[in-house]
Amino acid sequence: MAKIIFVDHDGTKHEVEASVGSNVMQAAVDNNIEGIDGDCGGMCACATCHVTVDPEWFAKTGARSENEESMLTFLPEIAETARLGCQIEITDELDGLVVHLPIEQF
Amino acid sequence: MTSIKDIPLSDLDPSVQTRFQSGEHFEVFDRLRAEAPVYFHETTQYGPFWSISKYKDIIEVEANPKVFSSDAAYGGIWIKEQPKDTIRKSFMTADQPEHDQQRKVVNPIVSPSNLNDMEQKVRDIVTLVLDDLPLNEEIDWVERVSVEVTGRVLCELMDFPVEERMDLTTWSDIVNTDVDAGTEITDEYVKLEKLKPMIIKFKELFAERTGMPPQNDLISMLAHSQETANMEPQQFVGMLVLLMVGGNDTTRNSISGGLDALNKFPEEYKKLRENPELVESMVPEIIRWVTPVAHMRRTALEDIEFHGQQIKKGDKVIMWYCSGNRDPEVIEDPYTFKIDRKNPRQHVSFGFGIHRCLGNRMAELQLRVLWEEILKRGWVIETTGEPERRFSNFVVGIDSLKAIIRKPE
Ligand code: HEM
Ligand code: FES
Repeated sequence: MAKIIFVDHDGTKHEVEASVGSNVMQAAVDNNIEGIDGDCGGMCACATCHVTVDPEWFAKTGARSENEESMLTFLPEIAETARLGCQIEITDELDGLVVHLPIEQF
Repeated sequence: MTSIKDIPLSDLDPSVQTRFQSGEHFEVFDRLRAEAPVYFHETTQYGPFWSISKYKDIIEVEANPKVFSSDAAYGGIWIKEQPKDTIRKSFMTADQPEHDQQRKVVNPIVSPSNLNDMEQKVRDIVTLVLDDLPLNEEIDWVERVSVEVTGRVLCELMDFPVEERMDLTTWSDIVNTDVDAGTEITDEYVKLEKLKPMIIKFKELFAERTGMPPQNDLISMLAHSQETANMEPQQFVGMLVLLMVGGNDTTRNSISGGLDALNKFPEEYKKLRENPELVESMVPEIIRWVTPVAHMRRTALEDIEFHGQQIKKGDKVIMWYCSGNRDPEVIEDPYTFKIDRKNPRQHVSFGFGIHRCLGNRMAELQLRVLWEEILKRGWVIETTGEPERRFSNFVVGIDSLKAIIRKPE
């Protein structure tokens, strides 16, 4: 298990436990985190799982794929550390990961 | 007539337009999902094609644009092959990287700040339209409400003269006319001829916006971007048609189809009147229920094994959204219209992947504000007959829906 911390746009923190091998979108959906819909079920095809990774953690989340890059660029506003939650696989290394939820997803 | 369950699958053409009018197409797709969810039809009115009928398989195709192309060069997104010289090119019928570059040009139309500004404008438009309606008298909901609201909103988005809004509806209807429907529009050339006034008008507006400082409307965005300032004629038509039709007929039919659904499920309508906050979850349910765009086409760019089937390079692949939205593996009780589903945005009506509808939030906004304002007035809107459905397997159109507005004491 790894701990993932979701931070709302107003600063509220939600801590959840997620199993290694799952992904950040799934962890949010399983725990009813508002702001992450995951409409496409994790196929990198809807961008409703957009998160901003805390800069300290960004490098550890891996690289964006080309499709992910495209999906992200169609979002109205993205930070440099934007990722799609479903494309971040949860590993032991990510225990304690902090991601921020964009306001437009509420 | 033989019933659908007795026709061998190999003789069943899922594209038959009249079944989309009668509702029988649902039976066809129930069979395809159950018996052959990835199926190659050898003979149809459009020649051979694959039908993808399950929710999850549709997303899988959409998520793989490298193999499943939308590019106009291979046939674009149309089930019927188009003559090359009439093809309308846009980012909808382009693959990466052109698609991404052009989509980015108009993306700001759905930025959070623009959506925020639009909410008040949509509310003003809806108020104006509703204020004009008579009570206790039969009206055509399509003409008086669906067309008016979407036409006026589109004028806002394009900064198009609002007095000329009916032109937008007329052009949009020309584009969406099925050339086999038996109207005077018998092929794509006639269509293009009939769209000449549209091209002239948009050229005029484009030139006007080019000469003005950039503003927040779609035409200005196109006119001021390097990517789109100098489009060749087929692309000019394609882009404007995409932005005009994309946001018009689809939303119009959701407004009409939503009223029809509420009347067919009176318990749901009652629940809505007692709990107006359910508008929020009802709106995506309406869009699932109606599935305004019934399918999209892709073309395979390489051989690929897909769920045990061998799709060959060059094959035409049809994703049937109308079927995905009735897939019981994903949507519980899919033939029931339920305004309080837990996960109402779980539907394929907007597509997925890089081509996922750009205007999804804009469409939802119009429906939400319309129903909020209707409920505020304490109106009950009773339909007085069946919707008149259009001959089409692509845009699920409702051309007329008669209704009476009552205000219970
Ligand atoms: C309920 C209303 C609507 C429905 C059901 C709908 C449906 C769709 C569908 C199915 C697609 C293709 C998705 C795919 O191929 O994966 C699409 C694309 C598109 N829609 Fe919508 N649409 C609606 C409203 C709007 C509105 C209001 C606008 C404009 C403000 C709009 C603009 C577009 C554009 C520009 C595309 C092309 C996106 C691309 O290729 O990247 N749509 N829409
Ligand atoms: S869940 Fe759809 S892109 Fe991540």
